Amino acid sequence: MADPVLQTRGLTAHYGDFQALFGIDFEIRQGETVAIIGSNGAGKSTFLRSITGMLNTAGQDIAFLGQPVGGISAHDLVRKGLAMVPEGRKLFPSLTVEENLLIGAYGRSGSEWTLETIYDLFPILAERRHHGGTDLSGGQQQMVAIGRALMSNPKLLLCDEISLGLAPIVIKDIYEAVPKINAHGATMVVVEQDVNQAMAVADRVYCFQEGRVSLTGKPDELTREQISAAYFGLEDGEAA
Amino acid sequence: MDWINAILQGILLGGLYALFAAGLSLMFGVMRFVNVAHGDFIVISAYGALIVVAATGVHPLWATFVVVPGMALLGYVGQRILLNRTLGEDILPPLLVTFGFSIIIQNVLLEVFSADSQKLQAGWMETASIPINQSISIGVMPLLIFASALIVIAGLQAFFYKTSLGRVLRATSDDQDTVRLMGANNAKIFGYATAIASAVVGIAGVYLAMRTNFDPSVGPARLLFAFEAVIIGGLGNLWGTLAGGIILGVAQAIGAQIDPGFQILAGHLAFLILLVVKPQGLFPKMKG
Amino acid sequence: MSLSYTVQRSTRASQTSMSLTVVILIILIAAPWWAGRAELRLMVEIFYYLALAQMWSLLAGYGGLVSVGQQAFVGLGGYILFALAAFGGVHPIMALVLAGAITALIAMPTALVAFRLQGAYFAIGTWVIAEVFRLSFAQISALGGGSGMSLPASIVKSIASSRAGREHLVYWVALAIAVAAMALVFFLLRSRWGLAMTAIRDSEPASESLGVETYRTKFIVYVMAAGMTGLVGALIFLQKLRISPDAAFSVQDWTALVIFIVVIGGIGTIEGPILGTIIFFILREFASDWGSWYLILLGGIAVAVMLFAPKGLWGLITARYDVHLFPVGRRLIVNEEKSK
Repeated sequence: MADPVLQTRGLTAHYGDFQALFGIDFEIRQGETVAIIGSNGAGKSTFLRSITGMLNTAGQDIAFLGQPVGGISAHDLVRKGLAMVPEGRKLFPSLTVEENLLIGAYGRSGSEWTLETIYDLFPILAERRHHGGTDLSGGQQQMVAIGRALMSNPKLLLCDEISLGLAPIVIKDIYEAVPKINAHGATMVVVEQDVNQAMAVADRVYCFQEGRVSLTGKPDELTREQISAAYFGLEDGEAA
Repeated sequence: MDWINAILQGILLGGLYALFAAGLSLMFGVMRFVNVAHGDFIVISAYGALIVVAATGVHPLWATFVVVPGMALLGYVGQRILLNRTLGEDILPPLLVTFGFSIIIQNVLLEVFSADSQKLQAGWMETASIPINQSISIGVMPLLIFASALIVIAGLQAFFYKTSLGRVLRATSDDQDTVRLMGANNAKIFGYATAIASAVVGIAGVYLAMRTNFDPSVGPARLLFAFEAVIIGGLGNLWGTLAGGIILGVAQAIGAQIDPGFQILAGHLAFLILLVVKPQGLFPKMKG
Repeated sequence: MSLSYTVQRSTRASQTSMSLTVVILIILIAAPWWAGRAELRLMVEIFYYLALAQMWSLLAGYGGLVSVGQQAFVGLGGYILFALAAFGGVHPIMALVLAGAITALIAMPTALVAFRLQGAYFAIGTWVIAEVFRLSFAQISALGGGSGMSLPASIVKSIASSRAGREHLVYWVALAIAVAAMALVFFLLRSRWGLAMTAIRDSEPASESLGVETYRTKFIVYVMAAGMTGLVGALIFLQKLRISPDAAFSVQDWTALVIFIVVIGGIGTIEGPILGTIIFFILREFASDWGSWYLILLGGIAVAVMLFAPKGLWGLITARYDVHLFPVGRRLIVNEEKSK
């Protein structure tokens, strides 16, 4: 079996006095695509903010590529090969499409991805390269955000709600890029509210509920009932 | 003719004000941070030039080669050690800490250099002028300062739009949080921004020392001129800042032409009127 | 088990302190009979710095309005007093009250201009406005232009016939102003405005969405603080009997020192400025001969406090002992009760 790219044991997170995560055990292996599903407030985004170093994780048991990374800041994690497509895309409005992509390469190592390979992946961006990043349609902006993250040559790519607010046809376009990204050697974590989309793309699924992992497994081995119970937190018999 | 001359001198004076303002504008742009001690740092640079000239006897312009790197280093270290600690959601800490610095700097300079007025002798440059016609001529020094302002602003502009660090600084100005996900260390980026701003402050200080009398108390007035140029021009627009500096310089020159005691007041009033009429500044940054 | 809640304002410490306040007040009112001239003069100074500190703390700590231009209103108050007394024939004490009111009126259009700027830029903008006042008064030759003027002897005599009488009167006025400034903050914070201001300080967008009228609240706080600051300014120059633009609109004397006092004591509390004022005057007694080094020391302490204890010394004390002398905050008491 391949080595784990990222592993957390008993991960917790707090916002002030409020505890948002209660002991998350998580693992993703080389070449895998893992989906994290769960309702609003289940702790998905907090989990991503923790493992990317946007929240302080000092003293926590997090391993990235076999090295402990608890407490390491976000910019250092990027340099080690972790990249994130943030929720809401967060493009830089005063930068053009191409500049947004180039800035993704600011702290990178390696040369897996270049402007040319990104433009191969999303040809529309080549046409729009000199437009302002936030002048594009939502779907195109999402492509820029993914391309920007890829420009750092990540070993692990985290995607936070990349289908949120997009039309189904656009979502399909974006998810078609996932196998191509995998082919370049990046392992992916996809956080999704759209369960069907997540099931279609993922090798394994983690379901979060109230800051805990309520279910994990391979999509084809999980039943609809199991998933909805884990997703909504319904007890047996309550589902009806 | 007197009026045309006054306006011309005012435009050239605007170059100096743009040099005062560029650093302030840059720091606010990148960090959303107003350094209340900005004018006092200009005065520190002026005294720095004074020390270099006194120690070596070179022409004040050569002092730039010592003062500019010195200020850049001071800016970088000061940002990393002290100012980064104050940045966050709350605007009080950076304002009050730099306000405290302002008072401290003025009083330390007062102890070290006394309240005596100083000026650097620039030799032939001070009196040389280019005649335009019988009654109007352009001084070489004001022209040199104005040309320097153009070069500095064009240089900063090229740096922001053509280099990878410049791009990161612009991105930081948009969104400090997301830029961390690009592998940029905010603390370092802020250090670089302050270093660049302080280098410009160094240039401004040397010119201040060559062009006018200065003493430890003149910093706050320079902060206000810089601030006014930035707001008149519109936030986040360096060419706008130059325009703001020129408008301020011209307003002061016209005021001085009416009555010498009216010079500074006229500049402030022009600023307040523009603030009421065009609160976003004359050339607000276009959102791309 | 069920929980019940009581909203409580006063604590035991604050109730004791209220009775203590009354005792202290009586002793202070009687000061002309037990204190010497030099002490009275010093206490007048303490009172006006305390009032200025309360006003600045109200603006910055509750209104979210960081001003470095409060010297504008000190100078205005002083000049209006001189103008009314010397040229309007108004009795100086009456002129003092009018000076406060007129300063508040002038602060209204001033606010409309200053409020065009936000946050840090508002701060620098208030400084520009103060400079405009300073430079303008320097242009008015009737008020002595740049060199200023003295209050004519006949007017000085009209305050009270004897020198001691004048000094006592000025002392009581100063005491009254300090008490009024504290009372203003105290009752303002207990009113529904107080809640609105705390909401604005804590989150402007959120309170905006909850319907707190941010602009109007800020405007009213700004104008009230300006009026009170103008009143203090009138008092300062009634004591000094001489005014000049540089003294009246001094950023160092009327804003920098006041900010240091509030920062060291603790922003956004009533107790902080009191503590800060006491520390300021103790330091000054020891270190005032040091000249500029004294200001460097004071500035250094303020910077250090801002960096390492941003809530000031009073903040450190409350974090440790949970005492509140002036009950303005509402405290939620959770009572656990056994369910029936």
